[in-house]
Amino acid sequence: MFPDRLGSSAADGAAEASRECNLSRRTFLAVGAAAGGGLLLSVSLPALSCNAKAADVSTFAPNAFVRIGRDGGVTLMMHKVEMGQGTYTSMPMLLAEELEVDLSQVRLEHAPPSDDLYAEPLFGVQETGGSTSVRGNWELLRHAGATARSLLVAAAAQSWTVDENSCHAARGEVIHGPTGRRLSYGALVDKAAALPLPRKVQLKDPKDFKLIGTPAKRLDAPDKVNGTAQFGIDVKVPGMKVATVAACPVFGGKLASVDDSKAKAIKGVHQIVRLNDAVAVVADHMWAAKQGLAALDIRWDEGPNAKLSTADIVQQLAAASQRPGVVARREGDPAKAMASATQKVEAVYEVPFLAHATMEPVNCTVHVRPDSCDIWVGTQVPTFAQTAAAKLTGLPPERVRVHNHLLGGGFGRRLEVDFIVRAVEIAKQVAGPVKVVWTREEDIQHDMYRPYYYDRIAAGLDEHGKPIAWTHRITGSSIMARVTSELFPKTLRVMRAAGLHNLIAMVRGLDVDAVDGAAEPPYALPNIRVEYVRQEPPGIPTAFWRGVGPTHNIFVVESFIDELAVAAKQDPFEYRRALLDKSLRAKAVLELAAEQAGWGKPLPPRSGRGIALLHAFGETYIAEVAEVSVSKEGDVRVQRVVCAVDCGTIVNPDTVKAQMESGIIFGITAALFGEITIKDGRVEQGNFDDYQMLRINEAPSIDVHLVKSTEAPGGVGEPGTSAVIPAVANAIFAATGKRVRKLPIDSAQLRELQ
Amino acid sequence: MAYTIKVNMVDHSVDVDGDTALLWVLRDVLGMTGTKFGCGKALCGACTVLINDIATRSCIVTIDSVGTAAITTIEAIGNTPSGKKIQKAWLDLEVVQCGYCQSGQIMAASALLASKPNPRDADIDDAMAGIICRCGTYVRIREAIKHAAQSAGTNEQRG
Repeated sequence: MFPDRLGSSAADGAAEASRECNLSRRTFLAVGAAAGGGLLLSVSLPALSCNAKAADVSTFAPNAFVRIGRDGGVTLMMHKVEMGQGTYTSMPMLLAEELEVDLSQVRLEHAPPSDDLYAEPLFGVQETGGSTSVRGNWELLRHAGATARSLLVAAAAQSWTVDENSCHAARGEVIHGPTGRRLSYGALVDKAAALPLPRKVQLKDPKDFKLIGTPAKRLDAPDKVNGTAQFGIDVKVPGMKVATVAACPVFGGKLASVDDSKAKAIKGVHQIVRLNDAVAVVADHMWAAKQGLAALDIRWDEGPNAKLSTADIVQQLAAASQRPGVVARREGDPAKAMASATQKVEAVYEVPFLAHATMEPVNCTVHVRPDSCDIWVGTQVPTFAQTAAAKLTGLPPERVRVHNHLLGGGFGRRLEVDFIVRAVEIAKQVAGPVKVVWTREEDIQHDMYRPYYYDRIAAGLDEHGKPIAWTHRITGSSIMARVTSELFPKTLRVMRAAGLHNLIAMVRGLDVDAVDGAAEPPYALPNIRVEYVRQEPPGIPTAFWRGVGPTHNIFVVESFIDELAVAAKQDPFEYRRALLDKSLRAKAVLELAAEQAGWGKPLPPRSGRGIALLHAFGETYIAEVAEVSVSKEGDVRVQRVVCAVDCGTIVNPDTVKAQMESGIIFGITAALFGEITIKDGRVEQGNFDDYQMLRINEAPSIDVHLVKSTEAPGGVGEPGTSAVIPAVANAIFAATGKRVRKLPIDSAQLRELQ
Repeated sequence: MAYTIKVNMVDHSVDVDGDTALLWVLRDVLGMTGTKFGCGKALCGACTVLINDIATRSCIVTIDSVGTAAITTIEAIGNTPSGKKIQKAWLDLEVVQCGYCQSGQIMAASALLASKPNPRDADIDDAMAGIICRCGTYVRIREAIKHAAQSAGTNEQRG
């Protein structure tokens, strides 16, 4: 259905079409942003059908997402990228539901870069991230499908000279009810393409959904089990060379000199490319490139960070956390309430730098020519890739073609274009196309890292143990500030999509991501102050990582709530439950998870259960109960995780379940192993021996329970990760009495004393 | 130097240095990109192929050590009885997510099933612990191997 045919030529045609006609015929859809939000976003859906050059005249393309050929072939343009989260199934489900075609009838194509055509309504630019695809496009894509269906029905009605209302669409055909006459979509293409776009289309009543809500099979799975799926690293372009790169191991350092005489003698090595802060070896194949790189005698000018260590960074964070921050939320009078509290609890929490370690190491294939540039890559941000390459090559953006691919993992890594920039820098010096592949070591040592955060948190409890004061100060790098500074020329788009509230926050210096999950805990917390202090680690680039702000904050908040339950001498589940009278969806998932996990049932010694709750990623509510056992040596084994999810309307229940399983394993890896440390300005870890991943023999059993709901959809790609970390930490407390306030979990501190 | 290797029953002649890893011969010289690069040090298993039916990390196998051994890759594993069952089980249980590690997972699982038609959990751990899945599809991998074993058992009874 979609492997190597996926992508380039047709996508390029669409890009061309969009450039030529996207202003000539467009319709504006008003789409409600999220449940209860009330904010109306205008989303443009420029039509491609006006352009005769968009493939051929026989294609009916009423908007940027749907194309139907005379042969009846339905092509759906995937403006979101598939990185495992199932978006290449959920997006087609939304389109196909309203278009009235079977999933088996559709062919998928990676969309070309275009913020005009394919912006994420929640971001204003074409981007896949933040668990937004379903919640951001839930109505937009159904509208796109319904528009196409409505035109096809109108075309059929015209052919038969009957009333449109006597016709309906089903499985790629229009049927005239009274006579039973049928016309396939393919036969209606020419007529439908000539019709004006309908002013208004009717979306289905959810009770009539045939596809949405079913566990439809993943459309990307067949190619992923037989080796034909094409990831960025699998690109083959005629005449292509392969390169691998070494950047200065110290952040901020430069290349001083390189002796390449030995490297050049290696069979298959063609060229050594020198950059300001890196060297690349271009060869016939990766092995020769790697051997060539190893044979180089490189001298680096290590620059100002040559002595930097993790301890220096933590010291700076700890010092910065003493000063007041930008207020993210303030209600009541926390100082006064704290003074009147019966009991005061305070703690410092720390989470480390983390690398993404996608299984597909970062890579990018580039062909720079005098008048154009082609980029073959798997990216979460195709238009950023295009803009960056245009800037580097001096070409106008429309001369830069980005051919997107399946991503061998994203997790935020492929939201960044640093590796695309690097590949373009190399390709500018190479005649012909070059595929630049990072070794695992370079991938880990030159990632952009989840920031180290340092949190001071305190609460005052009344005589019943209830929190009456809550203060939380988060100190760390601002990813949002960097990302915002890099937005040009997309600044206005993003600002518009972000909305006034976020705009004001940004101007005030508040990083809304850094406090996400901390500013609005679901609990009744009168007298609350949450602040953010920005402190950048010198030289260390920071970036989003699966679960973004909540992965850090839910760990802190949910661990600390557990501390309060202990201080109040109450059961952690009951303690939370009593604070959720105003958040019924949160309370319901908490109860469901506890019930399914057998909360309160006895466990063997040094085993324990921990619970954690999350409300984030739009309107998603998750509760997780982790069951762990801790050996006498302090080794933690997560035995079982029970996860209750209320993410509103579910498009594909099996995808939601899979994302919880995935997020949970990802989070356990972080809790038990995840840590990037710096010594002498360098990342100390380099491969899967010292940056470990959870393996199948260490994986818990996972039970996911989905709550049925008709609320608007929330995000599901990340919350599983965010919630499991505190669930595990709290379970360790239950098992050992040791509170985990710093990640990763240190087994040395969990050893049973002899 | 030229080496002739047998991949998926077909002889290929390649002109590379003798220490070249089989992984890169498959991917970059022969263009068989179903076998994946993950770590280069036999730590992640993404590059797993079968050499004489034994699951092997192709990133640390040098081309001069291969000789006339039969190499099987993901592109042809569906032609073996166990590979076919594993692939079907992977689809039945919707194992894949990003899919990048799945070639290696499927190769290792196929080798396991071929040698142990009814693997126990400990067998699955032994055979599969070397292959990292960053998307965390482990729960489904385990179920899928058992599912494939059951279908294999059924077939054997029929035969």
